[in-house]
Amino acid sequence: MSMQREEFVAIAGCRTRLLRGGEGPPLLFLHGAQDGGAWPPFLQRLSRRFQVIAPDHPGFGGSDTPDWFDNVHDTAYFYLSFLQALGLSGLHLVGASLGGWIAAEVAVRSTERLASLTLVGASGIHLKGVPRPDEFLWTPEEAVRNLYHDPALAEQALAAPPEEAEIDRQLKNRFAAARIAWSPRGHDPHLEKWLHRIDVPGLVVWGREDRILPVDYAHRWAGRIPGAELAIIGDCGHLPQIERPDAFCAAMESFLGRAAR
Amino acid sequence: MRFFFFHLMPYAPLDPDYDKTHKSSWVTLPNSYYDPELGAELYNRYLDELEYAAELGFEGIGVNEHHQNAYGLMPCPNVFAGMLARRIPAAAKIAILGRALPVLANPLSVAEEFAVLDNVTRGRIITGFVRGIGAEYHSLAVNPTESHARFQEAHDLIVQAWTRPGPFPFEGKYYHFPHVNLWPRVYQKPHPPIWIPSQGSRETIEFAADPARRYVYLQTATPAATLLKTMQAYRDEALRRGYESSPDQLGWSVKIYVAETDEIARREAKPHIEAFANKFLRMPQEMLLPPGYSSLASMKGLMQAKKTITGGTRTMEQMIEQGTFICGSPQTVIDQLADYQRRGGFNIVMAGLHFGTLPHELTRKALELFAREVMPALEGAVPDGGLRAAE
Repeated sequence: MSMQREEFVAIAGCRTRLLRGGEGPPLLFLHGAQDGGAWPPFLQRLSRRFQVIAPDHPGFGGSDTPDWFDNVHDTAYFYLSFLQALGLSGLHLVGASLGGWIAAEVAVRSTERLASLTLVGASGIHLKGVPRPDEFLWTPEEAVRNLYHDPALAEQALAAPPEEAEIDRQLKNRFAAARIAWSPRGHDPHLEKWLHRIDVPGLVVWGREDRILPVDYAHRWAGRIPGAELAIIGDCGHLPQIERPDAFCAAMESFLGRAAR
Repeated sequence: MRFFFFHLMPYAPLDPDYDKTHKSSWVTLPNSYYDPELGAELYNRYLDELEYAAELGFEGIGVNEHHQNAYGLMPCPNVFAGMLARRIPAAAKIAILGRALPVLANPLSVAEEFAVLDNVTRGRIITGFVRGIGAEYHSLAVNPTESHARFQEAHDLIVQAWTRPGPFPFEGKYYHFPHVNLWPRVYQKPHPPIWIPSQGSRETIEFAADPARRYVYLQTATPAATLLKTMQAYRDEALRRGYESSPDQLGWSVKIYVAETDEIARREAKPHIEAFANKFLRMPQEMLLPPGYSSLASMKGLMQAKKTITGGTRTMEQMIEQGTFICGSPQTVIDQLADYQRRGGFNIVMAGLHFGTLPHELTRKALELFAREVMPALEGAVPDGGLRAAE
């Protein structure tokens, strides 16, 4: 079992922080609005069978905020350049929440370097008439409580007040997330109509009790991406990879095992 | 000292218990709290108060722009300016302070509306540009991370539309027009005055004090200590840029109440100013400071500084102590304004003589006392300390 290491790469003039660990086919994990920068147990487990690369998006965490960063399309093109610069191909692209949106934007542009696409509680599309909360009006505490189905996990996350550096990181991430997701709120009105272009095996993973993006969204994604599989994880909120890492990794490993053939 | 009467037009009949079930009077307070019958009365009453102030001899009257809240019921300030334009004495000015440029869809229409008002009033309007309160980025779904850049670009577009011969193209990042060609052209030359109301951000002071602009900087809703600091910052910035600013480039927007005696003034004002501070201005930090509204560096400072607006209640006594409210007999108000002017070096007072739930009769009384006793006493008052020779 290998430990992850921190690296910095310059892509399109953006000094980009990433964590890399494990051996095997490459797997790129794109983080959500607030959960980047770390190496949680699910990445550790995936790194047993994959070379896992987990960057901080431009504008987030330990990466620069480049002048060109205006919207999600910039981030998508950045990742196409990222794959090229790192010489990655046959890549399993995995994105959670906001990272899922970015992953889908990448995939509708080009699947040339992709072996598969996995979306976890992904934002990026909008379902008319399905109520969504306004995350930007939540207090930090409400934001944490609404991430999890199990209140004990929220309590645990809230137990220790964040350090100064973590407060700064969260504020920076909040700015960058707003840049991408404020308006139109959490989606690109032009994304859904091109999802049929995705021609690699797809998996949609969702927490059944997701309070941020209701499970209706999982069905819409799976219905729009040709041949996509759907894995709904019970007793689980918006972050299956954190809240139910075993169930999440089992679903991923099963899918990736089949996608690799 | 020059005096304007400024109205916010709050929804005064707001159920004061709304805050038992709602976090704020902004953004998400259900509009079932608004009664159109009462609202219709209120609008007409407030317009009467503005017209009355103009008749009483204020240099001008002021309106502003807020969206989707009980705090201020003027989402379209130019409509209000239009309603007032032909009803007030010919000498009175109308200050529209200001249009919230980044949250509006098309700044060229702002340029047009102001140009119309400028023509109809034969040059008696004062325009103002602001970025809008943070809550308005929630209400109008405009990305706060683009706020500063949109403000700059919209401002440039409007000033060019007023001053450059049309048609010409405007090639911005957010606003792109093949044909800018304003009909009507503005009446005032080179264009209507532009005032910049602000809570005192460094960026805004530098923007207003720029020698090419020399816009009037209007300090709003801040304790006296902040006022003195921002007034000095403006003068310093002017000097740094190679000129000496005039006291007429500096103004203070402040809530004022005047009555026969200090005791009467405090007794009459207390419930209404406290309603303003604790009910109408109430909003959580997430509403007031959306991400990107200010730079990352200043956001952290603001989040500390604004705890007083977003949490806890304020008493009238605290507000008087802090200098966010001036209240008393005519002599007390005269003395305090003279003292603040001496220390702050400003010459313009945007007097908020209506606030919160203050009833019509008390508003009229305060306006009358202010116009008859306070204004004449301070008419010739100028900042001392060599800022400007007495006239």
